[in-house]
Amino acid sequence: MPIWQAYRALIGSRARAQASYRTSFIFDVAGSTALGLVEFGEVYVIFHNVPVLGGLDLNAAVLVFALANLAFSIADIACGQLDEIPTHLRAGTLDAVLLRPLPALAQLAAGDVSMRRLGRGAFALVILVVALSRADIEWTPARSALLAVTPPAGAAIFAALFVAAGAAQFWLIDAQEVTSAFTYGSGYAGSFSAAVLPLPVRVLFTFVIPATFTAYLPTIALLGLPGPVALPAWLGWCAPVAAVLIWAAALLGWRAGLRRYTGAGG
Amino acid sequence: MSMDAVAAEGLSRDFVVRHRAGRVRRVRHVARAVDALTFRIAPGESVGYIGANGAGKSTTIKMLTGILAPSSGSVLTLGLVPLRQRRDLARRIGVVFGQRSQLWWDLPLAESFRILSVIHRLAPPAAAQRVAELVERLELGSFLATPVRQLSLGQRMRGEVAAALIHRPALLVLDEPTVGLDVLSKERLRLFLREEMAQHGRTLLLTTHDVDDVQRLCERILVIDHGRLAYDGTLPGLVDRVGAQRVLVVDLAGPADALHGIPGTTLIDADPAGMRQRLALHPEQTSAAAVLAAISARATVRDLAIEEPDIEDVVRRLYAASRRR
Repeated sequence: MPIWQAYRALIGSRARAQASYRTSFIFDVAGSTALGLVEFGEVYVIFHNVPVLGGLDLNAAVLVFALANLAFSIADIACGQLDEIPTHLRAGTLDAVLLRPLPALAQLAAGDVSMRRLGRGAFALVILVVALSRADIEWTPARSALLAVTPPAGAAIFAALFVAAGAAQFWLIDAQEVTSAFTYGSGYAGSFSAAVLPLPVRVLFTFVIPATFTAYLPTIALLGLPGPVALPAWLGWCAPVAAVLIWAAALLGWRAGLRRYTGAGG
Repeated sequence: MSMDAVAAEGLSRDFVVRHRAGRVRRVRHVARAVDALTFRIAPGESVGYIGANGAGKSTTIKMLTGILAPSSGSVLTLGLVPLRQRRDLARRIGVVFGQRSQLWWDLPLAESFRILSVIHRLAPPAAAQRVAELVERLELGSFLATPVRQLSLGQRMRGEVAAALIHRPALLVLDEPTVGLDVLSKERLRLFLREEMAQHGRTLLLTTHDVDDVQRLCERILVIDHGRLAYDGTLPGLVDRVGAQRVLVVDLAGPADALHGIPGTTLIDADPAGMRQRLALHPEQTSAAAVLAAISARATVRDLAIEEPDIEDVVRRLYAASRRR
């Protein structure tokens, strides 16, 4: 498919450009790994003091943390730069993008892939393997499939949130802090038990911003645990559905944002 | 009937401007950047698009290339609706914005060309051949491996033009391509563009402030003023229309009377002693040689020069004339 070749060329060039500043790249990767480590420390410290929190023990909580972090860092590598739309507007790079025969969103995402965030993803993967080896899961084919589907579905959900945040930038001038609070906040909310959240917040981060679908809900489905109020356990199997829905919403928002820029009405 | 390269029909674009009026209240008003432009550009034409800053040039170009939607009216570029068929159009046009780079700033030109070749789905051997041709003709060889951000303006601009031409577009749109370049770089770029347009029959649309660009590259000019088409025709035609003339400057050997009444000229000014006098030439009525002979009959000419009309001046006169109407 020629279009994939184009993305591969774009992403490859980006990765090489970033890796060419070797020292800076190493420090960036180390920094992103350290960030993951600190957040993991937080989970560890809490569960060191309370054996069970929000219906999860340490192993389950670590599993949620690992799944959410893996999904978030994949999304962050692919789409994390989309909130820099104002920079593109100012520098005129959005015009350059619109003059090339590829979809604008895909170009902006591929053109800004940030490999330095690999560190956090790799760290999350290690934690995930450890958590799975210690977790008490009765493996069935369905649960194996669920585990295989969860990281990509979770990454898709977080990526859609980045797209939505990027789209919002067409209206908000210099509001990267606001949209970062939204994306990173969702990433954070997805990385621990939704049962500790007050009911309205729990509902918000499930049915409006589907952050709990990225890790918590699949984890209780894997472990066969009951869900808290408002979140039945079978929701854990619905992450792909949530991903499709949030992507549909994000793409609509993106299209509207682009139409606002080009002035194509709406 | 061959299809127009560009066909604009009542093309208009409004921008909403909001400004503060008092503490909280904001006044919204609509500014019309481009106002009912109607023009056609035939395939193979080279057209200069001229106007003051803020006259609506860039807005027009963005509408022709699918970056901005018209507020009303329509435009077809190479027979396509630019915004709706943006990607199809992007395969067939090349665009250079002089002030803004289309290249990847942290990649060398060679890498940018490679990515663009893939994006435009060129077969690798054909792409390599095309890039080699452009590298040779635009003399890019010595800095092909340098990241774009380290290139000089002239080098970068040649790289931009090459990037816009890799996919052999039917229409090349250049927005201020020579701005900031030194004389030699300008001339080399113009020479290349002339060859490229003539050899391949590409259509060229060029915005510029530089009269030499227009003289060397464009057989037709469109002048835009406050969003409206103020002139469509040749450069000599424009010069005639606004009554801008070539000016003959004569330095005389000694004090002389004012040179009134030389056939085919109008005296513009003379210094107090009459040692240097400036006469406007009406080329349709006379020739420079006849004028010189007539002056020599009345005074001894020590030196002379002919001042060509300046495009900025011509356009200013055109604007002034359209205000009066």
